[in-house]
Amino acid sequence: MEFQLLIEQFLNGLQFGTMLFLMSAGLTLVFGVMGLINLAHGSFYMIGAFGAALFAEITGSFFIGLISSFIVAMFAGVITEILVIRKLYKKDHLDQVLATFALILIFSEGIRWLFGAYPLYLNIPAELNASVSLPLEIIYSKYRLLIIAIGILIAFFLYILTSKTLLGIRIKAGQNDRGMISVLGVNIKTLYTIVFALGAALAGLSGALIGAIQSVEVGMGEPVLILAFVVIIIGGIGSIKGAFVGALLVGVTDTLGRFLLPELFKLFFDNADANLIGSSIASMSIYILMAIVLIFKPSGLFGERSA
Amino acid sequence: MMSEKKLNFLILIFLFLVPLFSILLNDIYITTLFSKIVILAIAGIGLNLILGYGGMVSFGHAAFFGLGGYITGILAFHFNNYEPIQILVFEFEGTNQLLFVWIFSLIFSSLLALFIGYFSLRTTGVYFIMITLAFAQMLYYFSISWPTYGGEDGLSLSLRNQIPFLNTMDPITFFYICYVWLIIAIIFVKFILNSPLGISLKASKENDDRVRSVGINPKKVKLISFIISGAITGLAGSLYADLNRFVSPTILSWQMSGEIMILVILGGMFRLYGPILGAFFYIILEQFLGGITENWQFWLGLIILLEVLYAKAGIMSFLIKDKYDEKTSS
Repeated sequence: MEFQLLIEQFLNGLQFGTMLFLMSAGLTLVFGVMGLINLAHGSFYMIGAFGAALFAEITGSFFIGLISSFIVAMFAGVITEILVIRKLYKKDHLDQVLATFALILIFSEGIRWLFGAYPLYLNIPAELNASVSLPLEIIYSKYRLLIIAIGILIAFFLYILTSKTLLGIRIKAGQNDRGMISVLGVNIKTLYTIVFALGAALAGLSGALIGAIQSVEVGMGEPVLILAFVVIIIGGIGSIKGAFVGALLVGVTDTLGRFLLPELFKLFFDNADANLIGSSIASMSIYILMAIVLIFKPSGLFGERSA
Repeated sequence: MMSEKKLNFLILIFLFLVPLFSILLNDIYITTLFSKIVILAIAGIGLNLILGYGGMVSFGHAAFFGLGGYITGILAFHFNNYEPIQILVFEFEGTNQLLFVWIFSLIFSSLLALFIGYFSLRTTGVYFIMITLAFAQMLYYFSISWPTYGGEDGLSLSLRNQIPFLNTMDPITFFYICYVWLIIAIIFVKFILNSPLGISLKASKENDDRVRSVGINPKKVKLISFIISGAITGLAGSLYADLNRFVSPTILSWQMSGEIMILVILGGMFRLYGPILGAFFYIILEQFLGGITENWQFWLGLIILLEVLYAKAGIMSFLIKDKYDEKTSS
């Protein structure tokens, strides 16, 4: 029993991790390429979830909802980039933090204005809302497996995109030398808009995927945003590979920590105390992980330069 | 248009006179509101020491603000319970004496700042922003998951902590206590800024290597400033807990860090009195917008956004004639 439960928790961690990866990929690209700290990235997560809930309601199809989450968040990304973000690239980090903090307020209140303060629900279709049997007598949710699959698929797609395509080469070039790439005739403004919109779209998709498990509500993006920052800091800013490794590390540490730490402390304390101490430390575990990584590798696991 | 000195003086006089207005208007609410302004101003002055003068963008000052608040709450909680505080084998009595509460808040937030600063200052730039945020988040989640002091629900203080000969439950008395702390904070930070420590802090913001080349260790300078900054913000947190007679994890949240940062920028960095003006406008704006529309955060966001994009110098610079501006920042 213990073993199956452990594997199940591990898969939960993996699912959490792949979802975090979708969030972090955009964040790390935007930071790596444009040098922008975008606190409003969580808002695209929320916008995607609301978009999905809206279109799933209208069309009655969960999958159309998922696709529209991607598109809606992408559009929101394009508009935000053109109206606001563009003006921030040359400003210092402090300005970026403040301006995007302000964007969070605007987006959250805007959504509350449009949809009201009550959470919406996005229902998983019946054929996915079931369990599958895996080898070793493990029973696991189909939908969560789907999330893991989508996450890995997108990771693969992003890997191909950044390492094998022209766009990817340009992104990398932009990371290394902004001046040079525009001298070489690449329209850097459009490139930035594309990168930003892609990041926003991925965040939107992950918002919709998770919104179906939890609920779709205002403010759902911020806790995930902070986690995504932890991920890209651990992985090293600007690195997709780092974001992937960091996301899985954070996902698994958090989930297994909550499961294992109370058990571990039971060896030293009585049950009630062990649960208390274990769960308190587990809730901090990823931040402790991040602090440890930064103390030994101040620019993250795969980071090349200190930003 | 006036000189900075004159404006500073006017700000202090204005804040001093507020309770008199509220007596005339028979409106205690204004006094409480202004107590909040003064407390947030103290927190802002603390942050501004490292943010404006030291160039260290700490996104985790809620940790100190919250710790100060929780120390205050916890001491009062144990005083009312008659249960001593146990730390390993040591036992402490709770207290409701403000003088002790303040000393403990200052000591513990300094220690926390020493710890956070020691590790965070190994990094720079965005990593520094994020690691300070991470430390604050640790405390935030810890406060939520630790049920002894209320967990997510927070902790209520049945009475404000006491100070001999004064009635702290009287809003006007409490306002003036906060006001005195504001003055102390201003004088202290001004003293620091003119001391060798402050001068090397400002220098290390410009160029670490040059500071090192004259034989000063910039890291040590930054760490000491970070500790002072954390202690001041911690004290503000302690006052805040007593003002509301309530502490909850909200004051440790990253929104709190953002709020303190915003009011510093809103008022104007690089100016000692900037955070006071910033706190004033932030709270008044919040009240004003909250009064006319339910979606006040939307408009607040828009105002902050416009201010960052187009008028970064802060409110102080609108009101002052001299053109000392932050060319150093960008």
